[in-house]
Amino acid sequence: MFELYESQRAMRNMRKAAMQRGVVAVLDVGSSKIACLVLRFDGTERGADSGVGSLAGQAGFRVIGAATTRSRGVRFGEIAAMSETERAIRTAVQAAQKMAGIRVDHVIACFSGAEPRSYGLDGKVSIDGAMVTEQDVARVLSACDVPDVGHGREVLHAQPVNFALDHRSGLSDPRGQIGRELTCDMHMLTVNAQAIQNLAHCVKRCDLELAGIASSAYVSGVAALVEDEQELGAACIDMGGGATGVSIFMKKHMIYGDTVPMGGDHVTGDISMGLQIPMAMAERIKTFYGGVHATGMDDREMIEISGDTGDWHHDRRQVSRAELIGIMRPRVEEILEEVRACLDAAGFEHLPSQQIVLTGAASQIPGLDGLASRILGSQVRLGRPMRVHGLPQAVTGPGFASAVGMCLFAAHPQDEWWDFEIPAERYAPRSIMKAMKWFRDNW
Amino acid sequence: MRSVGAAPNRAPAGRAARVQAYRSDPAPSRMKYRLERLMLTPLFRFTLRFGLPFLIGVGGASWYFSVDSNREAFVGAVMSVRDQIESRPEFRVDLMAIDGASEGVAADVREILSLDFPLSSFDLDLDEMRGIVTGLDAVKSASLRIKQGGVLEVSIVERVPVVLWRGVRGLELLDETGVLVGPAGKRAEHADLPIVAGTGAETAIPEALELFAAAAPLEGKLRGLERIGARRWDVVLDGGQRILLPEKGAVQALERAMAMDGAVDMLSRDIAAVDLRLAQRPTLRLNHDAAQEYWRIKSFETGEKR
Repeated sequence: MFELYESQRAMRNMRKAAMQRGVVAVLDVGSSKIACLVLRFDGTERGADSGVGSLAGQAGFRVIGAATTRSRGVRFGEIAAMSETERAIRTAVQAAQKMAGIRVDHVIACFSGAEPRSYGLDGKVSIDGAMVTEQDVARVLSACDVPDVGHGREVLHAQPVNFALDHRSGLSDPRGQIGRELTCDMHMLTVNAQAIQNLAHCVKRCDLELAGIASSAYVSGVAALVEDEQELGAACIDMGGGATGVSIFMKKHMIYGDTVPMGGDHVTGDISMGLQIPMAMAERIKTFYGGVHATGMDDREMIEISGDTGDWHHDRRQVSRAELIGIMRPRVEEILEEVRACLDAAGFEHLPSQQIVLTGAASQIPGLDGLASRILGSQVRLGRPMRVHGLPQAVTGPGFASAVGMCLFAAHPQDEWWDFEIPAERYAPRSIMKAMKWFRDNW
Repeated sequence: MRSVGAAPNRAPAGRAARVQAYRSDPAPSRMKYRLERLMLTPLFRFTLRFGLPFLIGVGGASWYFSVDSNREAFVGAVMSVRDQIESRPEFRVDLMAIDGASEGVAADVREILSLDFPLSSFDLDLDEMRGIVTGLDAVKSASLRIKQGGVLEVSIVERVPVVLWRGVRGLELLDETGVLVGPAGKRAEHADLPIVAGTGAETAIPEALELFAAAAPLEGKLRGLERIGARRWDVVLDGGQRILLPEKGAVQALERAMAMDGAVDMLSRDIAAVDLRLAQRPTLRLNHDAAQEYWRIKSFETGEKR
């Protein structure tokens, strides 16, 4: 059984090993498509300690393989049919490997579902006027009181977002400073354990090693939000096929993440049901003629709905574009209302800047930004992922925000709880590790 | 799957929908996926592309040659092809032409090479043959080449004898560097050549030649040079007269003797030897009668009674 929390440290080491070898794959397991990118790390900009490197952290790697395949067996961002998903992952990985011309062994995966829940934790530790060491940071992180996350939940992200030393808050790195009391705020995201286990099992069945797991709401925020938006506060809304991810960023850290289990597939389903046409046709007319604002012109624009039922009248129907928009709009509004509820629950209105960035494939509906600004607030823009080296033109659209975000996440991960050393007092008493640690610290 | 579910209600649509539903999945099978990953492994690919053909080639060849009859057949085939090529008229050598050699030397060359024409040019080792030809005393250098038309051309530069050497094997001819050219036969056959003798004479031929040049004023009186103790020369004149030359500066000493001869006609007197080995003290050795006469005259001068 795959125990996520226990394996986070191992996955971090595996990611480092993969970067040493130079090749790692990122896998975006979505409800409508599965994207796989193969990254090559060329060793430049390794060990750039100072905050932002050149090109905002996009240097140092290059996309050498990219493949997308229709997703099978994934619903609401969670794996519903293992073998079908496994085959879809195999398809994507094989095509990306073929394009890269190199074998990939390590993969970093992201998914959008599994009911993520955010928790804000804080911890406090006394350091008696000494200099803050790495050990103190580890102590204050372990001093955070973990709430009861519920049975069958796993911690996916646990990122320290803020440190405070005595009365000074907003420190990103307290090491080396002198104070009496160190406090830290941490953001923790928990997800359903079963979803992660299913994903890990699928990846393992494809002969790949899982070198990291991320929430797609988080990574699409990394890709779609520009630097000042991440700094000042912004929400990224990743409208995918089966789920819509919401993530709020502040001071370059995610402070809230959630998922609305509705997306573009539900819009397609509404069209399919409303117009009595197959899903493939519904998807087609949605992408060609879809919209959310009906105008007088749309009443006159008739869309041919062909079919192969054999019934002449059934196969020769026509609908106006206004009708189509009339079907789509309530569902899109419903999704945005749900997102609004998420943002309200997170206290988004208290942030200094309330920029909202819509990304994801479903954000390409024409007129969506106008509708979203009516529901979510005035500062809405459509976001596309950043450009990274070697990314093919076909995967630069907003639907690939999470895949591109995974690249940045792979190259420059944020510190997580498990990246710090385990504080000495947390070791089991009389363990050999404790003795070794004492020796290492004192000599 | 949806279409399949709807099929019983709408029978005509069922087949088409089912076809759509069972559209083949583009996913590779597990075996194919693993095989492709294996093929993308660099080491494996290298092994497959270079290691395997190499192994098959070497293995096949060694299996073939492990059978004796195969090996013999192969060697036989190679040899027959080789024979066919070698026996072509383009590579045949019919005769040998010797340039720059006197008749005797040419005969010697023919004898020691002992070639049995016609031959294939592949059978001739020109370097080795050149070594044999230059091994002859009379040959200074030789060059061999096979000319168009199957002619083996041997160009020889002969040694020119400049000195006769009277050694333990009788009279022999030496060239200007002291290398043996050949036996001389009789002295009369080489009347124009000066003669040297003594142990180690052949090692100092260049100096001997200089001495002969310096002794030109003596003309007919000169009999030859003799090497004494393998280190210095004596000039031997007719009548047994000798000029003893020093080890170093022999030519200057001889020139000096020539000057003395020109001045006082020294050598035509009754003198056994002129000793010039000590440059600051030239010494004359008189013959017995001359010495007696000299002492008698001296006694007159001094009034000594005898």
